Amino acid sequence: MVKVTVWGSLRAATDGQAEVEVDASTFKEVLDALQLNYPGLTDQIEQGVSMAIDGKIYKDSWFTPVKPDSEVILMPLMQGG
Amino acid sequence: MSKIHVSTTINGDPTEFLCEADESLLDVLRDRLQLTGAKEGCASGDCGACSVEVDGRLVCSCLVLGAEAEGAEISTIEGVANGEDLHPIQRKILEHAALQCGVCTPGIIVAAKNLLAKNPDPTETEIRYWLAGNLCRCTGYDKIITAVMDAAAEMRGA
Amino acid sequence: MALDEYQKRDFKIIGTRPQRPDGIDKVTGRAQYGADFYLPGMLTGKLLRSPHAHARIKSIDISAAAALQGVKAVVTGNDFPGGAKGDTLDVQDHCLARNVALYDGHAVAAVAATSAKIAQAALELIKVDYEILPHVTSIEAAMPTGAPLVQEGRRGRKIPEEYSDNCTGMCEFGHGDLDAGFAKADLIIERTFKTSSTHQGYIEPNACLANMGPDGRADMWCCTQGHFQVRNLCAQMMGMDQSALRVTASEIGGGFGGKTTVFIEPVALLLSRKANLPVKMVMSREEVFKASGPTVASLTDVKIGMTKDGVITAADALIRYEGGAWPNMTIFPGAQSAFACYDLSAVRAQGLNFLTNRPLQAAYRAPGAPQSIYAVEAVVDELALELGLDPIDVRLKNAARKGTKSSYGPTYDEIGLIPLLEAAKAHPHYTAPLGPNQGRGLSSGFWFNFGGETCVSLAIDFDGSVTLVEGNPDIGGSRASMSMMAAEELGIPYEKVRTIVADTASLGHNEVTHGSRVTFSVGLATIKAARAAIKEMCRRAAKTWGIDEEAVVWEDGYAKPAGANAGDHEPLSLAQIAAKSSRTGGPIVGHHEVMAEGAGVSFGVHICDIEVDPETGFTKVLRYTVLQDAGKAIHPDYVEGQMQGGAVQGIGWALNEEYIYGEDGRLQNAGFLDYRIPVASDLPKIDTVILEIPNPGHPYGVRGVGETGIVPPLAAISNAMSHAINVRMSELPMSPPRVLKAIKDKG
Repeated sequence: MVKVTVWGSLRAATDGQAEVEVDASTFKEVLDALQLNYPGLTDQIEQGVSMAIDGKIYKDSWFTPVKPDSEVILMPLMQGG
Repeated sequence: MSKIHVSTTINGDPTEFLCEADESLLDVLRDRLQLTGAKEGCASGDCGACSVEVDGRLVCSCLVLGAEAEGAEISTIEGVANGEDLHPIQRKILEHAALQCGVCTPGIIVAAKNLLAKNPDPTETEIRYWLAGNLCRCTGYDKIITAVMDAAAEMRGA
Repeated sequence: MALDEYQKRDFKIIGTRPQRPDGIDKVTGRAQYGADFYLPGMLTGKLLRSPHAHARIKSIDISAAAALQGVKAVVTGNDFPGGAKGDTLDVQDHCLARNVALYDGHAVAAVAATSAKIAQAALELIKVDYEILPHVTSIEAAMPTGAPLVQEGRRGRKIPEEYSDNCTGMCEFGHGDLDAGFAKADLIIERTFKTSSTHQGYIEPNACLANMGPDGRADMWCCTQGHFQVRNLCAQMMGMDQSALRVTASEIGGGFGGKTTVFIEPVALLLSRKANLPVKMVMSREEVFKASGPTVASLTDVKIGMTKDGVITAADALIRYEGGAWPNMTIFPGAQSAFACYDLSAVRAQGLNFLTNRPLQAAYRAPGAPQSIYAVEAVVDELALELGLDPIDVRLKNAARKGTKSSYGPTYDEIGLIPLLEAAKAHPHYTAPLGPNQGRGLSSGFWFNFGGETCVSLAIDFDGSVTLVEGNPDIGGSRASMSMMAAEELGIPYEKVRTIVADTASLGHNEVTHGSRVTFSVGLATIKAARAAIKEMCRRAAKTWGIDEEAVVWEDGYAKPAGANAGDHEPLSLAQIAAKSSRTGGPIVGHHEVMAEGAGVSFGVHICDIEVDPETGFTKVLRYTVLQDAGKAIHPDYVEGQMQGGAVQGIGWALNEEYIYGEDGRLQNAGFLDYRIPVASDLPKIDTVILEIPNPGHPYGVRGVGETGIVPPLAAISNAMSHAINVRMSELPMSPPRVLKAIKDKG
């Protein structure tokens, strides 16, 4: 099980919780588990999300490994200029 | 309406062209003579990217009519280097990394060359005010000023 | 896994300042930019634009225009085949309207003709029947319920009742207990800040040349920051396979984020298909201002609590952006970056986006961050002043550092903010004496920086020269940096490596040149491609010598036996191996494709001194210093260039630049005369200090540097102004009339 922090405006879909626990060992498994347990997150996940795993930001990288003690933060997809 | 026949000299070469009465020198240089070094940044004389010299005078070619080139000596960026030999201003701009995207660079070079021909030992302030008509959005002007001052020094033999 | 371990090493080429490969072309006028291409039989395309800020298009009669001799095609937005969906359809509508004009200057029809004159005459023959609708052009007007609606059905999810349906999105970041935090503060300051829409101000107007044949395949030349993105957007809009459209990126005359999308390119393709001839389109400067992609305007409330010792106990921000007539996501990086420079236990940043009848915003260097960080840094400055504390000391006390849980979520690794603040404090600028009507201001700044899709190919040519093929338009000198990295890895002179930017048919997808990603991502891929080529060259040497591959090492451009046991073989140079490559197995090419990750964040600190003329409100910038963490400066000249260029754009934003709309919803200052960007005589030299705190995610430690530089100037200049005239400023730009009014109101 790994703890995932969900950014503020998405907390409405996780019953107000800032942090949820899911059973997952890769980026994609985290997203799949989140969608399964919190269907309200589906729209945003389909639009695209990044994930910060132990401080490094990954953009939609499905097979990036996630350890049980990793810090995992769900983030919006980034754009630059 | 028939076109106007113009005979002129561009970068030392006798040149003839036909143009409409309301065509700018910039459009003639680019679209009729394939001299695309001068750029259109605004077509209203505000940015200096189209700078050329007409009879030794620095002008925005977007504000000069093609027909006005009749009998004049036009100098563009394409005529600044002497064959393979770059002008000191061109060399110094490269040396000091005084260009990023480079689109303002031809106008800046023509304007700086025109200044140094009149004033071989300008102060930093004089250079800044002379180049105030050449907009640059990439560099913040810092390295451009360094390059022009260094070129002036070399040309003076300092 | 694409993360690489940073390895400290001594460099031969990295960190030096060789001349750029495109330099001579650019100082002689030979370089070809977007408008410098010509094809035989080429037509000129022009757009008819709405004079109304909001109007339903009841009908468009193109018959007279189409009948004009010399006109080869007339199109409207309804001529697109219908392949575009979602965000792409929004972009398409922004390029060419279907049923409604949503901003002053919105294109409603397009013409391709044998000359510009005929095209212009044809535009005047197009009859459009408009039904004018009410418009809104400011956040304040768009926000409240009952405001004129810009578009139906765009209200975001779970938007509070008090906001109109023009509110398309909401986000919130942060952690901790704000109430408890504010309760601990000795001083709380709350202020509201306004910034106007600004434009990237690239000197080269958008330009393209589209050439579509009857077989449905097309070529396009355009100035762009991302030709793969152009290809994919246009292909979707035109209902084409991506591989049927080949886009070549010309040299680009500035972008800064504004050329990361499309404006005229899909229309040129549509015209070219209809006319069966090449169509060239170049935007006029007025069109660039009215109908490309300016930045979001902002209205931001910030509330920060501080103890009398300078510790921030709580920080809260409500950030409202408007980005034109279609939704955009800039509130996300805006809200995420607002407090990114601080180590806070109680923090919240909320963002709201509103529609207005203005052009769709595009990115502009660190999108969203200048606006939000301006507000935060202004309040921190005011708190420091009120408490009698040094502004740098206050920032040092609260600075984000390794181990800080950032305000947007992730925990920071090794970052450079504290070294930057210390360097700023020690810099002579910080203690230079100031005279009357002069003021000093300071600000921190931050940007995320990205990785993204990257493909490169590195060919070892028969004579030992090297061609590096990459897919990212060069906006800051990156080709030179790539050649340097390849040369460093291969152990050959810089002059032996030629880097080119190839078209979309030559490589796999490359993410747009944005997000300060190129030196990081393309550099990473270049290093890996070079290492792959080296591995192959060692293998060829091993075969030539009849020894094991593992027994060969690469050193200074030579394959050498690893030790005495490997045998006594003369080292083989890269050129020697290349010359024999056909006989030892075939051409030698290293390549690398990656979704680059691990980009390092980049912090900056700016100090500026200004002098205000109390009679005219005119501001002179006296001294300006930019300090930034580059991780590793591959080519220091280009890093300095990014720092100086970003700073000057920020200075313009702070002092003069703004979009001015009239009551009629029309843009009043669509030209360089009245949209006043900084000129050479406005500025002093810009001093630069580069620090190098390596990014653990890149072999050389590189961090992106292109964007951070525009973030600090807004607050640095605003704080300097507040000190110079003793009035706290909270609206940008601080143009002379506003400054004069502030001075007069103070009395």
